[in-house]
Amino acid sequence: MLVDDLRGMFYIALKDLRAYYFKPPNISWGILFPFAFILAFAIRNPGDLRSLVPGLLALTVLFGTSSMEAIVIVFERRIGSLERLLLAPIRLPALLAGKLLGGMTFGLTVTLAVLLIALSIFGGTETNWLMMALALLLSATAFSSLGAFVSVAVREVFEAQTLANFIRFPMMFLGGVFVSVDSLPAWLQVIARLLPLTYSVEALRAALTGGRWETVWLDLGFLAIFSLCLYSLAEYTLARRLD
Amino acid sequence: MSEVIRVEGLTKTYPLSKGSTPLVAVDGIDFSVQEGEVFGFLGPNGAGKTTTIRMLTGLSRPTSGRAVLLGLDLSRDMARIKKRIGVVPETSNLYDELTAFDNLIFAMQLYGVPRSERKRRAEALLERFRLSEKRNTLFAKLSRGMKRALTIAAALAHQPPLVFLDEPTTGLDVMSARNLRQTIARLRDEGVTVFLTTHYLEEAERLCDRIAIIVKGRIVALDSVSNLKSNAQSAGTVTVEITFSDGESGVETRRVEAQDVETAIQTALAQANGRQMVSINTLRPSLEDVFVKLTGLKAEVMLVEKGGKGGGNAGG
Repeated sequence: MLVDDLRGMFYIALKDLRAYYFKPPNISWGILFPFAFILAFAIRNPGDLRSLVPGLLALTVLFGTSSMEAIVIVFERRIGSLERLLLAPIRLPALLAGKLLGGMTFGLTVTLAVLLIALSIFGGTETNWLMMALALLLSATAFSSLGAFVSVAVREVFEAQTLANFIRFPMMFLGGVFVSVDSLPAWLQVIARLLPLTYSVEALRAALTGGRWETVWLDLGFLAIFSLCLYSLAEYTLARRLD
Repeated sequence: MSEVIRVEGLTKTYPLSKGSTPLVAVDGIDFSVQEGEVFGFLGPNGAGKTTTIRMLTGLSRPTSGRAVLLGLDLSRDMARIKKRIGVVPETSNLYDELTAFDNLIFAMQLYGVPRSERKRRAEALLERFRLSEKRNTLFAKLSRGMKRALTIAAALAHQPPLVFLDEPTTGLDVMSARNLRQTIARLRDEGVTVFLTTHYLEEAERLCDRIAIIVKGRIVALDSVSNLKSNAQSAGTVTVEITFSDGESGVETRRVEAQDVETAIQTALAQANGRQMVSINTLRPSLEDVFVKLTGLKAEVMLVEKGGKGGGNAGG
């Protein structure tokens, strides 16, 4: 049973990556979009470009994992091919995990490319690689779960993009990508603390600047909690949608 | 022969809105399917055919009732059942973005077919369904008939002993439908048990060893095609068709109904008026007659295609 689930999960992710993720429109959406935003911000406020790197990475993970992920399930449900997966000897949590894994793999691949570019420009002597790996992995899990939840919560493909952006854009401006959370008004800080992107940016910043584990554990812990909650919510919603 | 499917009191109700009575899609049906037979579920659209398949294949949870497939209980062993059944849904639902070959490979990956087997089986299936030339064509680019064929091939890729086919020929052109019927006949020859739904009387008659006629969620008749017909005949009348030659002007065909064959022929001969008799036939009741008699519905209800569900638009 577990073997069936794990195998199914792996092949579902592989199939999604081949069929949907590594296609030109998705690659450009995943990479160009965060770059464009950061570039626009940098042109407006030239200065310490280096401080924008954690935000750039977090945005790349966010958009890389969730853009396609938010569409995949609702798309397959609409055209009927999701049924193929439901008929296969794979339990629902594993099916959903396979979908998540596809989004995470793509998001992390794109982010790794961006990270290498950023490090080659700014240098990375202070980087804590273990912290970086954990921060990226947990960010990808959280955002992929978010995408999956969006995908099962809507009925039409276009609604998925709308809902995903409705969640992502406020996060982008409140999550410490451009302006640090501490400089926001108190009530906005409260909202920012409810957004997974905030913790992702914090953890990535710490990883890049040799931050201390004591504070980063908290960020990583929150990302793990977000992942778990969003994944459970997605699975619950999907199970109810079927039948 | 052993029982491959045993269904007892299977029921599915959908709650409509709060307060109203729930919709009963399948209403306490009982039947069993023997190993190696082609079992047909015949009924008009909305009769509960697809709902039954969805319950038996684990896509939908029965509201009540019990089902045992391949000796395994539906409510407890769905994961093990899933490994040993093949399902062809009403719409050809493979992945547009993958080639014919890759679709088959993915189907096998999901069902745990060993890596060493996959390529060989995929090639063999393509060959069998006359799709070898389309090996590297994206599913999206195939014709409707080819899509159907490949969807069936994918359902057979893990070599299940029991196959479900939901409305297999709906929306297909004549040639594709014919090929498909041959495929189903061949499956039977290979010992695969086939459960199919259809709303084509002729198809059910040609393909199925036994037929359950389902109307409004209930099975109203279940028997072999010939038994269904002879039951209809014994209880009804006999029809005799006689053709007379009118000399120069051609032929005239008359139908006579009576309680038995002898009376019918005598009545028909009395109408000869000295003309020469060219042929005489007793007409057996068609499955259509049986259907009309059992259901009280006109056979035309079977020809009404589902509205708004892209795809099926062929006539009967």
